[in-house]
Amino acid sequence: MFKEILKDKFAGKALIILIVMYVCIACANFIAPYSKDFSDRNQAYAPPSPVYTITEEGKLSMPYTYNYIRVFEPKLYQNIYTLDRSQKHYLKLFVKGEQYKILGVIPCSIHLFGTDDGGRFYLLGTDINGRDVFSRLLFGGRISLTIGFLALFILFPIGLLYGGISGYLGGWVDIIMMRFAEAVMAIPSFYLLIILASVLPANMTSTQRFALIVIILALIGWAGFARVVRGMVLSIKNEEFVQSAQTIGASKLRVITKHILPQTTSYVIIAMTLSVPSYILSESGLSFLGLGIQQPDASWGNMLKEAQEYINILYRPWLLTPGVLIFIAVLCFNLVGDTVRDILDPKGKVR
Amino acid sequence: MKLGKFILKRILQTIPLLVIVSIISFFIIRLSPVDPLAELRLNPSISQETLAKEKARLGLDKPIIVQYGLWAKSFVKGDLGITSNGEKVSVKLIERIPNTLILTLIVIFMTWSVGVPLGILGAIYNKTKLDRILTILSSVGMAIPSFFFAILLLIFAVKTGWFPVGGLTSYDFNDMNFLGKFFDIAHHLVLPVTVLFTLSLAGLQRQMRANMLDVLDSDYIKFARAKGLSENKIIFKHALRNAINPMITLLGFEFAGLLSGAALTEYVFQYPGLGRLILEAVMKSDINLVMASLMIGSIMLVLGNLLADILLLITDPRVRG
Repeated sequence: MFKEILKDKFAGKALIILIVMYVCIACANFIAPYSKDFSDRNQAYAPPSPVYTITEEGKLSMPYTYNYIRVFEPKLYQNIYTLDRSQKHYLKLFVKGEQYKILGVIPCSIHLFGTDDGGRFYLLGTDINGRDVFSRLLFGGRISLTIGFLALFILFPIGLLYGGISGYLGGWVDIIMMRFAEAVMAIPSFYLLIILASVLPANMTSTQRFALIVIILALIGWAGFARVVRGMVLSIKNEEFVQSAQTIGASKLRVITKHILPQTTSYVIIAMTLSVPSYILSESGLSFLGLGIQQPDASWGNMLKEAQEYINILYRPWLLTPGVLIFIAVLCFNLVGDTVRDILDPKGKVR
Repeated sequence: MKLGKFILKRILQTIPLLVIVSIISFFIIRLSPVDPLAELRLNPSISQETLAKEKARLGLDKPIIVQYGLWAKSFVKGDLGITSNGEKVSVKLIERIPNTLILTLIVIFMTWSVGVPLGILGAIYNKTKLDRILTILSSVGMAIPSFFFAILLLIFAVKTGWFPVGGLTSYDFNDMNFLGKFFDIAHHLVLPVTVLFTLSLAGLQRQMRANMLDVLDSDYIKFARAKGLSENKIIFKHALRNAINPMITLLGFEFAGLLSGAALTEYVFQYPGLGRLILEAVMKSDINLVMASLMIGSIMLVLGNLLADILLLITDPRVRG
């Protein structure tokens, strides 16, 4: 299947971009010049560091940058950053920086790039707490790009089993189960999402919060999926292979899980790839409102929270980068998902 | 007459649905550790008398099943309790619902009048350059996070000064004549409508294209072609009618999606709609308001679906069979 996706002009590129993104967030510790909690309060809202390759004398040089000095401008009543031109800081590859652990065990302090001693290099500027936006984008991506997948891995088994049981047993069970699913669908999903998120107690560790948000996201989507599965089960359950399994004496649960549900595999794969983006968007929307992932943890949504202020969006456009990344990720997932559908379901039976 | 019976049956079906919805939402909210009267107690302008009245209305000292019964009874009577500011919830809702309805109805009208023709175009020119471009555009439209797009439009509004930054009315709204009021509201609606329009247009275009492709592939269209009918007649007289029926069912879902999508957009644009109301209520943990707006949102959604179904019953005789 990968080969077929790669052959497609757009989906191929989209898949490559996605792979690059996931590799980057997997190696976030190594690629990011700073850790996600590194902050320099004197460098709040510093713009991206400029990179020079030609010195002031007009000579070609190794790329270097200057540090920022913060000056308070009484007339404008705000802080202004000027470059400290007294000392050049050369950019280097594989520099020593903060220590981190590879796979949580092996200590290491080599970062992909950085400056020599005393220099600060902010590829995409800093946020209100003087934290490097580029580094936080990588760490935030870890949450934003995985949370949707995790939610799907909870939601799909539930939806499959629920729809399978409902469709196979039929009768009263079916009616009650489906009315319940319809009721869940009748609550506007985003309303339900924010209410569930707001119910979460405030004194949780970030891991607990992450896990609960995954579960909440899963609670939103299962009903619609279960309904479609039920419809498919209804059409499958009278086929001969199901009847033969019943005659052998297989239990109901076995018939459902071993014989009927595997028939829905291609729909499940299509539905999964097509619904990843909506979970990425939900998480970012939730965190954007301050109900999802909380500071000091980074997620693309909560990084965009700062873009709610006019001053920030007008004078500090680098704070908008998380939004661009969400857009790219969702677009790529959509393109790949469309192609997966075309490959697995060329006649367009599943929509 | 038969049609009337079907419609009645369909309307009756929504009642148990709403009851289940209310049970689900009641238990989600009530099982949370938040004290529903905490905000009221902290508000010095609320008298002890009102507090006691609220307590009795919610029956907080009784078991949860009884609480649900009490809540449901007062909800049906139209008594939704008071917000943490002491205002009546029902007044607040009545103020906000029309705003959200205006927004969503305009968006639905616009997406249909643009999305359906674009979907037909995509299907007719399937696999040509035009179709390819439309597909890419719709992918782009689906990928923009609504709040991010809203923020970008806000920057645009601030920089150019062409559009008001948020709200629904200008500060001198009350002094305007009717025409002035109309244009003022329209002016404020442009940006939120643009965001929601872009968002829902993409999905609609895709669905229409898919339906149309399905229909164009069917036997009766092949027959019509074999008969020698003109392409225009085939598409507009035979294919379009059949392709648009499933879209009517979608209308209900679209309404649901818009209610949800509007919440974030309303939040960014400071638009006084239902979505922002519930968001603010959630953040202030104003339980009465959350519960009521959740119910109203669900009722609106169920009614939207109901209308779509009735419309389908009228247009498509096969559904009645």
